[in-house]
Amino acid sequence: MNRYFGNARLVLPGEQQPVEGSLLVEGDRITTINTGADDRSDGAIDCQGRLLAPGIVDLGVFAIDKPAFRFGGITRAALMPDQAPILDLPAMIKHNAVDGKPDLWSHPIAAATKGLEGQQLAEIGLMQRSGAKAVATGRRWIADSGIMLRLLQYCKSLDLPLIVHSEDAGLTGDAVATNGETATRLGLASATAAAESLSIARDIALVRETGAHVHFRQVTTTDGLELIRAAKSEDLPVSCGITPAHLLLSDIAISDFRTFARLSPPLRNEANRLACIEAVRDGTIDVISSGHDPRGPEDKRLPFAEAAPGMAGAETLLALSLTLVRDGIIPIGRLFELLSTNPAKILGVEAGSLTPGYEADFILIDEDAPWRVDARKMAAAAGNTPFDGLPVQGRVTAIYKGGRAY
Amino acid sequence: MTSQKTASSQTFPAGSDAFPHRHLLGIAGLQPWEILFLLEEAKQWVDLNKKSSKHADKLDGLTVINAFFENSTRTLLSFEIAGKRMGADVVNMHAAQSSIKKGETLIDTAVTLNAMKADAIVIRHGSSGAVQLIADKVDCPVLNAGDGRHEHPTQALLDALTIQRRRGEISGLTVTICGDVMHSRVARSNIYCLTTLGARVRICAPPSLLPAALDRFNVEVFTNFDEALKGSDVVMMLRLQNERMNGDFIPSPREYQYLYGLTRERLELANTDALIMHPGPMNRGVEIDSDVADDLENSAITEQVEMGVAVRMACLDILTRKSRGVEGWS
Repeated sequence: MNRYFGNARLVLPGEQQPVEGSLLVEGDRITTINTGADDRSDGAIDCQGRLLAPGIVDLGVFAIDKPAFRFGGITRAALMPDQAPILDLPAMIKHNAVDGKPDLWSHPIAAATKGLEGQQLAEIGLMQRSGAKAVATGRRWIADSGIMLRLLQYCKSLDLPLIVHSEDAGLTGDAVATNGETATRLGLASATAAAESLSIARDIALVRETGAHVHFRQVTTTDGLELIRAAKSEDLPVSCGITPAHLLLSDIAISDFRTFARLSPPLRNEANRLACIEAVRDGTIDVISSGHDPRGPEDKRLPFAEAAPGMAGAETLLALSLTLVRDGIIPIGRLFELLSTNPAKILGVEAGSLTPGYEADFILIDEDAPWRVDARKMAAAAGNTPFDGLPVQGRVTAIYKGGRAY
Repeated sequence: MTSQKTASSQTFPAGSDAFPHRHLLGIAGLQPWEILFLLEEAKQWVDLNKKSSKHADKLDGLTVINAFFENSTRTLLSFEIAGKRMGADVVNMHAAQSSIKKGETLIDTAVTLNAMKADAIVIRHGSSGAVQLIADKVDCPVLNAGDGRHEHPTQALLDALTIQRRRGEISGLTVTICGDVMHSRVARSNIYCLTTLGARVRICAPPSLLPAALDRFNVEVFTNFDEALKGSDVVMMLRLQNERMNGDFIPSPREYQYLYGLTRERLELANTDALIMHPGPMNRGVEIDSDVADDLENSAITEQVEMGVAVRMACLDILTRKSRGVEGWS
């Protein structure tokens, strides 16, 4: 079946600003992109001048949460292996790979080690055969550098990217916050932000050794970003990501023991936050993802240190990321490289870009539509957002996966 | 002291304006006159507690629940005595015997306590922020008897009252707090209380037990105890938990004693007649030597315990004034 989407402002690869045009879908693929004024009216879907952008590819969510993903314009989500049970067997990858189809594609990420314990390699090759597009250490750190080296050698041979969580657990210990005035005032166990750069430095040394692709899922500190920048200038195969929370909030957000702002890695100070913004501007950061982890009151209405880390981020991902465009940090074209194109590239899937031949995953956006984040009225499985009450702009008006609306 | 008493009692606002808070969750955020008001109110109970009949009937018919989710002997006893002397029916709930062990959430426990219609709840919990979490869910005033590393406000108040009685005005005194500051709620509450009242506060700890960003707390930071002691008017020692001495934070008790123990010899470095304090229970021979702790002239350690009861009586009185319909307390 052919479908024609006309009168749109297209976010096209290589273009920083939207281009007026139209898009033809045959089956589940994009076949033709026309720029310039519309000449067809029969049977065309009129996009009413809306922004038409590639569907968001959310690299690293902790739950498949379709209502939230639909609201947020997410057409593909890479599921972290930190599930119960942990995704460390081929059968679990197979089971989770069909979750959400056909309107949402889930890409389960293989656990790097059995039980994510960091001690024994998991069956990465078999999990790849079952559909895993990437491997991850979960929210943990592999302390044993010998295991880490062998893991990277293995990933390299299978051409799988390794997604790592960068916190040296010896430094973080039982910490739930970053060292600083807020943590000390609240009496919360805290750790130095250097826990991040220390772990990144080791992993970069091992990338240099093995040539494996490492994606640092969240880099949140000045020093960590500096290391990534240097590694990229060496042409090492590294990439890194961040969530809107670390771009927009500093550790002050945990004041009053707000457990919705308990994240992993924890929020940093203002200087680090500004360094993250700068790293988005200069291209050091490749991916913005939601880190979506809906947690109900049983996990969050607890004393801060006992609460689970994580936030429901899928619905707010686009609107919060659009503030980077409005603030003049990056153009809209670059934003969708961060949200869609680069994550799809890391996963090795033909999506995330309005390119003929690619999967027809795209969204229509009213980028000025104002709304207010309301933790009580979220589409997500739980409303644990640190942005409760924040007025934002930009919402998805339609979402297409493989050319079909859902 | 007498002149200060009259002067200060005249400066307090009337009624609940003197202490416009529903709960006592911490010292942070309290105004200096609010702290002074609590101390002033406690003084009458110091006097009562010295009499042979120590009963007041202000809280007659009221129920006070002491909900202790963390083991405590001294603080629980102090709150229990304070409540009983004020005439309240005091009930103690120990976590070891409670449904917390059976997996009930803290919020459910709070709702349960609330349904018992307590008139005040005193809470100790091992997790920072836990007391505030409960306070948000109950209808009656909540007193924080210590939450994690966060705050222990009545301890800071009893320390301030002790210093006031021994040395007069707190403003202008140099107070050195030494020990495991990182894990200490007593230290945090005392920093807020003493700096708010105008004392110069010095913090001394091994570098492994210093919390981050102390430069933001209006205190002077030392890792050399001898240096910290020079010119001190008050020396407040903190308890070093046994589990911290096993090599994770401190190599050994004897090394700690060598570097940070308050000995008679070391005390010579402080000002003459410096006041010696400790929140208890003490590790004699580790953070404080017995002859210093038991100094007849300058050790205020037992007086701190005495002031504790009076301060807690005052807090129970003030926080229940609204529900008791005391005039001006709305």
